[in-house]
Formats: sequence, structure tokens, C-alpha cells
Amino acid sequence: MNSSSDETQQTVDGPRMTGSQALLESFLIEGVDTLFGYPGGAIIPVYDALYDYRDRLRHILVRHEQGAVHAAQGYARVSGRVGVCLVTSGPGATNTVTGLADALMDSTPLVLVTGQVGSSLLGTDAFQETNFVGITQAVTKWNCQVKRAEEIPAAMAKAFYVARSGRPGPVVVDITKDAQCGSAPFHYEKITSIRSYVPVPEPDPARLDEAARLIDEARRPLAMVGQGVILGNAEAELKAFLEKSGVPVASTLLGLSAVPTDAPQYVGMLGMHGNYGPNIRNRDCDLLIAIGMRFDDRVTGSPAHFGENARIIHLEIDPAEIGKIIHADVPVTGDVRQTLPQLTERIHKRRHDAWIAGFRDCDRIEQERVIRPALHPSGPRIHMGEAVDTVARAYANDAVVVTDVGQQQMFAARYFGFRRTRSLVTSGGLGTMGFGLPAAIGAKLGAPDRDVVLFVGDGGLQMTIQELGTIFQSKIPVKIVLLNNSFLGMVRQWQELFYDSRYSFTELVNPDFGMIARANGLAYRCVEHREELSDAVAEMKAAKGAYLLEVRVDRQENVFPMVPAGAPVAEIRLE
Amino acid sequence: METEQEYIITVFSENKVGLLSQITTVFTCRNVNIESLTTSESALQGIHKFTIVVRTTPETVQKVVRQIEKKIDVLKTFVYTPEEVVQQEIALYKVTRSNSVEQLVRRHNVRILEIDTDYIVVEKTGHKEETQQLFRLLQPYGVQQFVRSGTVAVIKSRRELLNEYLEELEKLRRESEAAASETEKSN
Repeated sequence: MNSSSDETQQTVDGPRMTGSQALLESFLIEGVDTLFGYPGGAIIPVYDALYDYRDRLRHILVRHEQGAVHAAQGYARVSGRVGVCLVTSGPGATNTVTGLADALMDSTPLVLVTGQVGSSLLGTDAFQETNFVGITQAVTKWNCQVKRAEEIPAAMAKAFYVARSGRPGPVVVDITKDAQCGSAPFHYEKITSIRSYVPVPEPDPARLDEAARLIDEARRPLAMVGQGVILGNAEAELKAFLEKSGVPVASTLLGLSAVPTDAPQYVGMLGMHGNYGPNIRNRDCDLLIAIGMRFDDRVTGSPAHFGENARIIHLEIDPAEIGKIIHADVPVTGDVRQTLPQLTERIHKRRHDAWIAGFRDCDRIEQERVIRPALHPSGPRIHMGEAVDTVARAYANDAVVVTDVGQQQMFAARYFGFRRTRSLVTSGGLGTMGFGLPAAIGAKLGAPDRDVVLFVGDGGLQMTIQELGTIFQSKIPVKIVLLNNSFLGMVRQWQELFYDSRYSFTELVNPDFGMIARANGLAYRCVEHREELSDAVAEMKAAKGAYLLEVRVDRQENVFPMVPAGAPVAEIRLE
Repeated sequence: METEQEYIITVFSENKVGLLSQITTVFTCRNVNIESLTTSESALQGIHKFTIVVRTTPETVQKVVRQIEKKIDVLKTFVYTPEEVVQQEIALYKVTRSNSVEQLVRRHNVRILEIDTDYIVVEKTGHKEETQQLFRLLQPYGVQQFVRSGTVAVIKSRRELLNEYLEELEKLRRESEAAASETEKSN
């Protein structure tokens, strides 16, 4: 969405070359510098051509194709660029499906190129053939199959345009082996529009007027920020809107870091394990201003009760999200980078000091009953919250935080604190365990000047633990904080709260993570006692290369606050 | 709970392989049964038209339409109630020949397509109820084969919505190109 407007039509003519070379030339024209991939039979011609492009295209050899996609997601999320993956047909391709589904749910721009059997073999159940265009229809924004070398440049131009424009998403280009080997004159034309596709709908000025009127009249408004602000590079536009409107602002999980945690109007995270104020006061609000967010059920709880006393303004780039979950009284379609300033211009300067002070009262309650006990627990074992807090202090709240999925994800989101945008990479919509480690690899490559810290549990780490080999081979200095409770903690928490503490298959008997770390060339330290924690974190931070810090945490800690699934968010529980 | 009613959805798209299944998946995901579906090239060359008849609630039909329109290769989607369109289906009947059958089909305003020594093939166009009624009447005489098409429909409104939409797109495209060349000049 950030580059479609300034894209100009550009034609590059060149000599005759193979489809494989044409693919790599297309990457270069689209500004790609990093590929995440894994070779195999049906993509060998491309890898052969890549051998001559090693000086221009960095290829990261992962250990499993799912890792390639998650790494590309991490890269895309921190850099705002399109993540690119290259894998073979059949099993190589099917291994990427989880990553594609994750990227579609979380609107991450990706281009995945898959090899395919020769076009004469299509449909014959050839070796390593799958109908990948069919399989990925439900998990891509767009996909296509290319059967001739001369079609490759146009397919790639469309793939990059679709992936990055409008609401971003993953795109698959499936290229048959004969198309990779065939040759054609190379002719590349960047795409700036597609007749059947409206990436950014135009806002209706009447709706903007109506929205401005509601904002001016509201007595108890709340802005709710989602990842749309980050994807639209609209942080400054949001700040201007907040300053003029004076409204308090809360964030979804994926919107975190778009507004600094210590911003005066920031009142916390929405949703199931969000902060107390924005949840408990949901029914007190008379206006909710949703900005680039999609009312995920983890945010709304019971949709029937969500904002039941409020009018709702929905600023959204994807018309299919309008009214999908929550009825919008005033839908404003468009890119928030364009619509926010138009709204700011129309509203009057206001302050909502007394209303915001009410959120601070909620903060004090949460501080007393949830945060202080979480960060300063009385028992002998280290708690996840205090581990996150110790790391956050060591990094002065300024690092790219990558998480896996589960309790550590929620503790990291709640307690790290963020200073600048694009500082949290997490799997929100799909909730993919195993996302964290490969995403951290991609994040470090996408933001080489920033520290990248991964919080991961013992369950999630073992889902993609083979990517430690990628870290070893490609020397990627990510810092891994393993919060080990030898449980699938979030499921165990649900079993404790809702299934009568019947811990059905959630206890893990784990391997020696120290031996695994050392076998993969990572520096390693294990901490069990509180007094060692700060020192160990400092050592991890100071380490030049990758580091695995295992923190043995309390085995049966719960994440609070919590909105029980499907309950109104105002029924949030503090303990 | 909103009540279900019949809707005729028309989808205009680029002619792309696999698009039919992308469109039908949207209905599957929301557990909406497709009553009938026809597809062919539209009056505009290169643009495909799907006519889909469903029974569902007003709210669901709007959500389904927005999901369909989200597909990159879909140009535009319109929803109509039966009152807003003129719709027709075509049915073919292969019936064992007899005097009473011939009298019956003459009374029902059908076209006779083929007469063989032991069967006749007749065609009737109309609404589903009409083609179904003839099927019931013919059944006692022995219907060897019966087939009915999906619904095709034209809208009653004088406005050609797709053409208007395409003109609008063309206008926007020209404007943005003009703006782009302006920017280039000023640079």
C-alpha cells in the first residue's frame, strides 16, 4: 500500500534469457535483496541460475519450508517490504501452507515462488506434483500458474503488485519446470493497476463529515488502533489525529508499537488478555473509532455486547471487513494514511482529560492486582512476566520483539513496552505455534540495525527448532529467550480454568535445550533463580552472536487479566 | 433472526482459470447453498458473467458479495431480488411417444426439438415452478430424461451497472495517469 501510489510505469527490455533468469531479474527490478528458500527437483533450474546471482540476491537456506515463509513474514513485518520465498513442488510447496494462511490472516505481503512439474506432466500425478494453485486458493490473496518462460515477467509484476498493494497479503506463483528452462526475450513492465482490482477504495466525503461530527460530539470516545496503521505507514497521521481529537487510544495485538506505550493518551491493549481499562470501560464508551483493525473475536469477545452503548466509526481499507463482525455506524473506506488526515482536518481540537483519568484509575487497579504480582511474584520460581520485564529493561524497551504463540506471547505483548513502530512480530490471526524462531531470523535480516529478541515457549520452540541450524549456518545474531515451563501453558491454563484441571496431554518432557543450543553453535545459559536473571540477560544482550537464554519459569502460571472466550469484554477477570 | 429470501447474484470477472471454485468457496465457507449457477462470457468481450441464485438472509448476502468482490480477478458483483430481474430457465424433456403426450405438450406452449419413432424431445423455458409443473404432468407418460439449466437473468432497471462501473474505472485511471504525468513534469 505504501508503494503503489508512487509506482511509475517502467519498462525494461533486455536480451533473451531462460525463465529462471527472468525470474531472478524480476526479483531485482522489484527491489528484492533476500530470498528464503529450500531447493528441490522441480526448482533446480532456478537454483542453478541463482548461483550466478549470489552477489545480488542473498539466499537464506532454511531447514523446512514452513520456516522459509515465517522468516519472510518476519522480514516483511519489520521492513515493510515484500517477503520472498523459493521452494520446490509437492512437499516443498505443501509445507508452506501454514505460513501462507498466517500471512493471509495477518495481512503480510509475501511472494512465494514454487517449482512445479513440467507442463506436459500436469494432472498426471507425476513425482512431487500437487495441485498447488488449487490447494492455496483459500490461503492466498492471489495465485497463478506459469507454464511458459515468456509469461514469467508479467506474472511476477502482477504478483508483487497484488502482494504489496491495498490490504497486503501472500501471493503464490507456481512455475513449471519447462517454463524455468525455456527461454524468451526479457521484457519487464511494472504493474500499477489491474482492471478488476481496487486496492484502495475511495473514502466518501459525506462519511468523513459524519465521522467528524460524531467525534466532535462524543463525550466518552475511544480510538482502537490495528495493524492497518503500521501497514499504511500512518503512525504520524495517527499521532496528529490523536493530538487534535484528544481521544484515548487502545491497540490490538497487531497494532502494538504503532503508538508508543508511554504516549499520554495510550490506555493499553484490547482483547482477551489486554489491559483492564479498555476492556472494562467498553460499555461506558459512547464512540469507538476503529482505525485499521478488523474486530477479531479475541478483541471483541461477544460481538453482540461489544460497544453496546457506542456509535462505531470504522476506518478500513478492505470493504469486506466493514460490518463483517461489528456493524459500523459510519464506515470510512480507504487507506488510513489518507483518511486520518482528512478526518483530523474536519474535527475540532478537544481534550478528554477527565475521561482519560478514568482509564488511569483502571490502570491503578490492574497495577495493584495483576501487574505487581506478575512482575514481583512472591514464590521462589521466576514468572514469565518478570522475565519479559527484565529483558525489556535491559533493552530500554527498544528492540524488535518476536514472539511465538501462547502465554509467552501475551506476557511479551503486555509487559515489554514499545518505543517505536514495527517493534512486535507475532502471529495474531492464525495463532501459529512455531512461528517465532523462523520469524525472528527474518526480522533480524529485515532490521539488521536493531536488536531482535524472541520470546518462545518450550512447546513452540520445538515445532520449528530445526531453524537453529539456519541461525548457525547463516550466522544470524538473534537473542532467544526460552520461557520453559514444561507445559503447553496456554492450553494448560484453559484446562485449569474451564476443564476442571484435567491436564490432558499438555505436559512436556523436554530434551536438554543446552545440548541442542550448543550442538547448533549457539551461546547458551540456563537460569532458574531470580537473582541470576538480570546478569544472564545482560550477558545475552552483550553477546555478539546468537544466544539462547533458557529461563525455567513457574510451571503453572496463568495470564491475567482474561476475558473468557465469547463473554462480553466488560466481564474481564483480574484473577 | 432475519428471514431468508431468494437473491440473484451476478458476478463479472476476468476469464481466469479456477475462478469458479474461488467464487463457490465463498458460499461454502458461510454454509450458503447455491440453488443454481450459470456462467458464460458476458456481452462485453473477455468479461465473464456468473449468475448465482441463493436463498439466504439480507445480511449474509451482503457479506458474501463483499467477499467475492475481494477476489483479485472479480470486476464487480451485483445482488438483486427476484422482483428486480427478468429471469428464465430452460428445461429439456425426453418423453415416450403417445397421443396423450403430444396433446399435453401442445397445450403447454413448448417447442418440439426432435420426434423419433418412440420418443419426443421438447423444450420449455420459464420459471422453475413452470418447468417443474410440466415435469410432474409428463411423468405418468414416462419421462426418460429430464434436465434443467440454471437461471439466467437480465435486470429490469434501465441502467447498465457494469458499463457504468467500467466507465468510472476508466475515468479514475485517466485521472491518475494525468496526475502522474503532472508530477513527472513538475519533477
